[in-house]
Amino acid sequence: MALLEVADLDAQYGRIRALSGVSLTVDEGEIVTLIGANGAGKTTTLRSISGLLRPSRGTIRFAGDGLLKLTPDGVVRRGVGHSPEGRRVFARMSVRENLELGAYTRASRSEIAEDFERVLTTFPRLRERLVQKAGTLSGGEQQMLAIGRTLMSRPRLLMLDEPSLGLSPILVQTIFGVIREINARGTTILLIEQNARQALSIATRGYVLEVGKIVYADSAANLMASEAVRAAYLGG
Amino acid sequence: MDVFYQQLINGLSLGGIYALIALGYTMVYGIIELINFAHGDVYTLGTFFSLAILTGLGVSGEVHGLALVGVVLVTMLAAMLLCGITGVLIERLAYRRLRNAPRLAPLITAIGMSFILENVMQLWKGPSPISFPAVIPNPSFQAGGVEIAAKQILVIVLAIVMMVALQLFIRNTKMGKAMRATAQDRDAAQLMGININTTIAMTFLIGSALAGAAGFVSGVYYGTTWFFNGFEAGLKAFTAAVLGGIGNVAGAMLGGFLIGLVEAFATQYIPQGAQWTNVVVFSVLVLVLVFRPSGLLGEAVPEKV
Repeated sequence: MALLEVADLDAQYGRIRALSGVSLTVDEGEIVTLIGANGAGKTTTLRSISGLLRPSRGTIRFAGDGLLKLTPDGVVRRGVGHSPEGRRVFARMSVRENLELGAYTRASRSEIAEDFERVLTTFPRLRERLVQKAGTLSGGEQQMLAIGRTLMSRPRLLMLDEPSLGLSPILVQTIFGVIREINARGTTILLIEQNARQALSIATRGYVLEVGKIVYADSAANLMASEAVRAAYLGG
Repeated sequence: MDVFYQQLINGLSLGGIYALIALGYTMVYGIIELINFAHGDVYTLGTFFSLAILTGLGVSGEVHGLALVGVVLVTMLAAMLLCGITGVLIERLAYRRLRNAPRLAPLITAIGMSFILENVMQLWKGPSPISFPAVIPNPSFQAGGVEIAAKQILVIVLAIVMMVALQLFIRNTKMGKAMRATAQDRDAAQLMGININTTIAMTFLIGSALAGAAGFVSGVYYGTTWFFNGFEAGLKAFTAAVLGGIGNVAGAMLGGFLIGLVEAFATQYIPQGAQWTNVVVFSVLVLVLVFRPSGLLGEAVPEKV
């Protein structure tokens, strides 16, 4: 049984159709990537899974339970972490407070302390910035904070929306290295990227979204090899 | 100089009441960007609840010694609780379902809520001013040539204690952090696992409870109340919140005390000042906003996208 199972999802903003019949699955331990152009519906898919957006049709199941009836905080409690597009760190709060908020749903102080240490080991830069306001961090540091903050909920599934957006090539390498590391430690990952080549290089499988529909679904290797995908998303 | 210090004390007492009310305006605005016009009426309701509780306790005049401490604490805490519940109910019944509606809808609803509360209070105690028992005995303390009444000390001390407690709560507790996070970015807060219905209800609970405390204190201070009490006090407290930077908790406190001081000094130093206080108060607001549109402590935050 898949960890995450999305079936026949329709979603709209007002009268504008954003998703039509999107289905996808993510198995435990995988890195699955969702690629596509701007406005193809990638973010809408993630927001539907998180409960930030109510789809008009379809089902979303996580570890066997339906998610659609839950509020976003309920989805987090089930073990789905979502690091949103644009990082969305709490700019007027310190780095430490941002990380603490990431663990909002958890009770065990010792486990939280353990994960706090682990996040700071993964992102040593954040350790130097703990007391600084998140709004004063550089773009790359904010991205690290956004991912670290989501990890603090100890999610079974980590959803990342454009983690490489606006980062320098070196930082992109760092972030992708970290994503692989997080996955190797046992967290399943659903990754949205415009940087398709980079995303497919670390993913097990991938889906291609075009105007709200899934047009290709295959292993990452096959997608990389596909003429059509290469032409449209990998620059030939 | 004595007159100056005398008005300083008067201004701080007035300001303490404004500041307590202003906190509710600013907290609610900070978290859901709504100017809660019903808030001034929740404050009036605080005086009404206090009056009912005092009547229930059989208190109709001065109380002394330990009994005084008991009466003050019981009445104030009960008024805070009742006002807090009222605030939560208002949010639940009137504002929550409009959370994603165009901004004008909740605003007009808030005005409607204000009318409802005023009319309920008019039905309850009638249209005329009613007297409030002078619970606090009236020994005045002399310091230099300045006379400080016991009730003024009570107002100032209570206001400061509650503000410090509020700051500690917002800064250090898990719920306080969740409230700040919700105010900064509601979606991101939800992705942390914060239930925003709870944090918003909590904001109304605390803001309205502070208005309840202000209601009790103002009843004791002025010795009178009536159903329309909250209109002017609410307007001035709202002015205080804007003056300090709406959405900013420290700003509301500063603004409250400033408005109180401006009012006291205007009464003293401007010929026929008592008639001009409101003109002066609102002129100060206009002037500050011309030079600092986001208020004294407000940050110029770009419009959220």
